[in-house]
Amino acid sequence: MSYAVKNLVQGSKELIAFRISDQEFCVNIMSVREIRGWTQATPLPHAPAYVMGVINLRGAVLPIIDLSARLGMKDAEPTARHVIIVAQMKTKVVGLLVEAVSDILTITDENIQPVPEVSSDLERLYARGILAIDKRMICMIELDALFPDKESEVA
Amino acid sequence: MDMNEIKEIFFQECEEQLAELESGLLKLNDGDRDPETVNAVFRAVHSIKGGAGAFGLDDLVSFAHVFETTLDCVRSNKLEPTPDVLKVMLKSADVLADLVSASRDGGGVDESRSRSLVKELEALAHGELPSSSGHDAPKPAAKAAPAPAPAAKAELPKPSDDSGFQPIPFSFDGFGEDEEPAIEGSLYEVSFKPRRELYSKGNEAALLLRDLSRLGEMSINCDTDALPALDKMDPEASYFSWKISIKTTKSEDDIRAVFEFAEWDCDLEVKLAEEAVSNEELPMVPVPFDLSILDDVSAGEEETASERGVSEETVAAALSAAETASNVSRAARVAEKKESAAATAAAQNNAAAAAAGAGQTIRVDLDRVDRLINLVGELVINQAMLSQSVVENDATGTSAVNMGLEELQQLTREIQDSVMAIRAQPVKPVFQRMSRIVREVADMVGKSIRLVTEGENTEVDKTVIDKIAEPLTHMIRNAVDHGIESPEKREAAGKDPEGTIKLTAKHRSGRILIELADDGAGINRERVRQKAIDNDIIAADANLSDDEIDNLIFMAGFSTADKISDISGRGVGMDVVKRSIQALGGRISISSRPGYGSTFTMSLPLTLAVLDGMVVTVAGQTLVVPLTAIVETLQPEASAIHSFGANQRLISIRNSFCPLVDVGRVLNYRATQANPVEGVALLVESEGGGQRALMVDAIQGQRQVVIKSLEANYTHVPGIAAATILGDGRVALILDVDAVVAASRGQSMKPEMSLAATG
Repeated sequence: MSYAVKNLVQGSKELIAFRISDQEFCVNIMSVREIRGWTQATPLPHAPAYVMGVINLRGAVLPIIDLSARLGMKDAEPTARHVIIVAQMKTKVVGLLVEAVSDILTITDENIQPVPEVSSDLERLYARGILAIDKRMICMIELDALFPDKESEVA
Repeated sequence: MDMNEIKEIFFQECEEQLAELESGLLKLNDGDRDPETVNAVFRAVHSIKGGAGAFGLDDLVSFAHVFETTLDCVRSNKLEPTPDVLKVMLKSADVLADLVSASRDGGGVDESRSRSLVKELEALAHGELPSSSGHDAPKPAAKAAPAPAPAAKAELPKPSDDSGFQPIPFSFDGFGEDEEPAIEGSLYEVSFKPRRELYSKGNEAALLLRDLSRLGEMSINCDTDALPALDKMDPEASYFSWKISIKTTKSEDDIRAVFEFAEWDCDLEVKLAEEAVSNEELPMVPVPFDLSILDDVSAGEEETASERGVSEETVAAALSAAETASNVSRAARVAEKKESAAATAAAQNNAAAAAAGAGQTIRVDLDRVDRLINLVGELVINQAMLSQSVVENDATGTSAVNMGLEELQQLTREIQDSVMAIRAQPVKPVFQRMSRIVREVADMVGKSIRLVTEGENTEVDKTVIDKIAEPLTHMIRNAVDHGIESPEKREAAGKDPEGTIKLTAKHRSGRILIELADDGAGINRERVRQKAIDNDIIAADANLSDDEIDNLIFMAGFSTADKISDISGRGVGMDVVKRSIQALGGRISISSRPGYGSTFTMSLPLTLAVLDGMVVTVAGQTLVVPLTAIVETLQPEASAIHSFGANQRLISIRNSFCPLVDVGRVLNYRATQANPVEGVALLVESEGGGQRALMVDAIQGQRQVVIKSLEANYTHVPGIAAATILGDGRVALILDVDAVVAASRGQSMKPEMSLAATG
């Protein structure tokens, strides 16, 4: 595992990179609370397909989102090797199911390339930029855009 | 304890007094003419005034004083408490509440409003009642009293009363030295006859007299004529009266101020004596006595008691009375450090007297209770986990561990119940707040509306109480503004011009049911429908039942008022009300009859922390069904199942037919209906009335579960009330029986589904 280490200069930020099938994504480390192994979730009735259910996180009820399904890819088939990224989004905490956490990146804004024009709405919605690191392509996603504030949407 | 803490106590007491005041006034409004009610109202205002005086809250004092004066007229039957008078009084109570909160939190009060009320009150006191001037005389504000210290130290029940012996005029050695030099001034004659209430409130005649003596040179006559024989005597009664001549430079008001806190428990007369009348000409022989000895109260009591050789019983009675009094004063001790302790002490005495009847209470910080409740919640989960793992590892099931666990379970249970009881509070305070809102809003829109409340003593968890206030306020505003018609319209429709809003609380199947009914025009379905079409909430050709139309008002962005008024229609609609009720795990529904009014029914859980549930399996999932909803469970037989129409099935139970609801189907756990014969039917009674048989696959057992919110991190799930964590550490969902029943009845869960889909 190689680290694209840069000096922590002004404007640099740390990201957590993770894998879903053969693609790599990353999110800001500041929104990640913890990373834990997969445990069987209790399914919720009438929930969208990407909501896998809820688990008990030290006494709190934590919804688990299949990020693969949410990003429009095929539904995940969780195994013991899958991990849950517990992330804070505004006032709520959710668990994101991903295949594996691959890297912690420290980057500056110059590393981020703009997202190319694509037709898909979904990609335009969540993608905030693309990183090229060690010949890999890592897509930076914005969690808040994936799960918009329900209250404001309804009102 | 510093001044701020004392002040905080005062404000807390103000809240209680204000509640007392308002409920008293409302009782009067309902035609209660019990003098005790009037007295309670008067005392409440008086206590606030007294305390406010001690803290120099002048605005509060002056308003309370005017209010008190008017109330005094009612108390002395000089002013008839007609509805009009009470209307002014209720408004004054509101202003008083505003002044109290303004004093506490800073901020202003509507000056013009309080000024106009002061005028109205004064008009009531003076205009209709010229003779009331005498009652104005006891000057406002404890600050006017030079040294109103007596009540604070009123530890001594009047010995002469309790011992019941023929009192002997006595003097003490120190008398001569203490005599003040003769002062220039006028001579007043004061006649002072305490009633028994004076003593029962912990006041002490001797201490009042001592304070009076500080005003100037005085001589006292004690009239003992009323004293009965020892065997006929009531040890708690008051038999003495005093005639006092006092020579002082102070005014009559100052003399009255000494009796400020006892004035309604005694007959007091103060008049300017002719200079010519000398002490010797009084019918009784004046026996001066030095009251300073009473400063050492307990010693004084022992001394006087033994001196008189009273019987043992009476000593005991006196001592126990002294104990009670000193308990009262212990509560008041806080106040002693203050410059003018008397005021608050009087308030404390009143509060303590009231508390004596209602059992003792303590004030506890809510955070502490919450922490305890959280801990108990974790304890319950832990206990469940422990029993489960013991059961799993112990095949025989007879070990001592099992016995111990059972006891532990019982104890946990009791702890939990007790902790929950701490938090249970009557809904009364919230209901009282509503009556104020009704008054104010009705005033603003020029309607005349009566709020009738029922079941105010229904108890529910504090968090529930706190959270229903806001939606309830909103609904009350709506009911007053939109629900009830204007008096003219009402008269035209042949109704009483005065509208009625009825607010009811009751317990029903482990939940609290709050109903808000108005006798207004009801929902204008045509307009609601039109509005919904205009706002793209429904399609123009949608075919809706009356019920469905009524329920449209809970949709977002809906306001039927033609014009946006100041009171409601601020863009916050019933959808917000519905959402906040749902967030509490409650439901709201409306039923309306055109021309007869609408009724909103809210059903809320009694507590937000735990519930008793039946753990069941449905399509491989573990669910918890609230035990309170279940009437009975049964194993259906094939012969009892009857198909009804295309895909409805009924089950016959003792010759009545009840629709079968497949929980797995409603919750979308399975695509086809399960075979009822393989499962278990839970007969439930739903809020909408009527029974349903819920089909589940198997019953696992009964358990108390700790409620965990799903909304905290997710969103409301239709058919699911909340979640919980079971003994194996996994999350189980708690079934919302009423929602499942409603869904089976064909009412769509769609609106919520679209909400959930965004999550």
